[in-house]
Amino acid sequence: MIPAALTPVRLVGRACLRLLEGIGAVTIFAARALAGIAAHPGELARQLLHIGWLSLPVVGLTALFTGAALALQIHSGGERFQAGDVVPAIVAIGMARELGPVLGGLMVAARVASAIAAELGTMRVTEQIDALVTLSTDPVGWLVSPRVWAAILCLPFLVGIGDVIGIMGGWLVGVNALGFNSATYIANSWAYLEFWDVASGLVKGAAFGLIVALSGCWFGMHAGNGAAGVGRATTSAVVAASVGILAANFALTGLFFR
Amino acid sequence: MIEVRGLAKRFGDKTVLDGVDLTLGQGESLVVIGGSGTGKSVLLRCILGLERADAGSIMWNGAPIGPDFMDRFGMLFQNAALFDSLPIWRNVAFRLLRRMPRAQARQVALAKLARVGLGPEVADLYPAALSGGMRKRAGLARAIAADPQVIFFDEPTTGLDPIRAASINRLIREIVDETGASAITITHDMGSVRAIADRVALLDQGRIRWQGTVVQMDAAADSYLQDFIHGRAPQSQSGV
Repeated sequence: MIPAALTPVRLVGRACLRLLEGIGAVTIFAARALAGIAAHPGELARQLLHIGWLSLPVVGLTALFTGAALALQIHSGGERFQAGDVVPAIVAIGMARELGPVLGGLMVAARVASAIAAELGTMRVTEQIDALVTLSTDPVGWLVSPRVWAAILCLPFLVGIGDVIGIMGGWLVGVNALGFNSATYIANSWAYLEFWDVASGLVKGAAFGLIVALSGCWFGMHAGNGAAGVGRATTSAVVAASVGILAANFALTGLFFR
Repeated sequence: MIEVRGLAKRFGDKTVLDGVDLTLGQGESLVVIGGSGTGKSVLLRCILGLERADAGSIMWNGAPIGPDFMDRFGMLFQNAALFDSLPIWRNVAFRLLRRMPRAQARQVALAKLARVGLGPEVADLYPAALSGGMRKRAGLARAIAADPQVIFFDEPTTGLDPIRAASINRLIREIVDETGASAITITHDMGSVRAIADRVALLDQGRIRWQGTVVQMDAAADSYLQDFIHGRAPQSQSGV
């Protein structure tokens, strides 16, 4: 018999054990997903199209408006201490290092993590995942690996394209509303941009791709029964992916730039 | 062929299976009946390896069920469980595509679809375009596509009108007779029982309460079985 005074300790201990159990389960799930890269190339190609190509419009539009707004903000703030000329360089560095990968990742999380969780969750509640097992097919290899690898491969490309479009958004505002000379704006953008500014954003993109697909797949594969279960899985996937991206961004930024 | 001994399964505090003993002979069609929530589907899921049993053994041809068994059975799910993202022929040929060229697998799939009464015009449709009865037939075609030695049917007539249900029952019986496969069917539809069963087992409170042929079932003295067969509420639960 455990004394009542120890109940809180017991509850904390149980919560810690559950947390460790959850981390272990997700780690094993991720390892199994990453191990299956070449198992189903046809499915991988289909997911590259769904996750990469079809996310281009939303990522492009987000980057365009973000770059444009960033140019306005930097010009407005910079003028307070006569530094309005730094707009091209700050937009380029800001897009490449932070806003391109983070906003691209968040937009893909909203679009892709929810779609993956809803699709796999529906497959779970309609017994399609059980059917895969009865057909001697590993559901992780067939459903999860192609989505995870497609997201890891696509996100850096989406981030790269988002960087270019975001810088272009800044250029459009700079030239048309802030009085910058077009050639000077472009030259200044390039002049202060370093290789690692861009490369770090692409590496972040790959990490965010893993987080997005893993969240969608994990919550989809573990969806509860019925439409409510699928709804909860979808919400959880988007929340987990979004928070995961922001937390990972902080960790990676600290790792790359401190 | 399949021998289940002392199978037990709990979910939290709830005991679902409490020592189930069951055998299935070569070419035999066994139908497991029982009320809702008595563990029929859990029994099937344990045999298929979709749930891990807490105790007991499941043997196939004298050895524990292993990976080789997975390639030798077919399964018709309650709602067919066709893959939404694949056309019907690829659903049917899913397992075949791993062991034969695509064109050959498609030909086999078309033949299996024809066997269950679906024409080639259905082959390239997606499951969402099919009615419930057609989906069930397509699911049946997938279950028999690789010429399995054992076929499992989970509530094969659920959601179908009486005519379509009778037609699915007849198909199942014909396929079992033609292929010589053994079959386990889970149902609470007495029409299915009479059309499909060589032997009937009644699952109640986690155990096999009664088993025998359809003729023996009609003559059995077990009051719960008779209530179940005739759809009568037991006196003690008449108000439920």
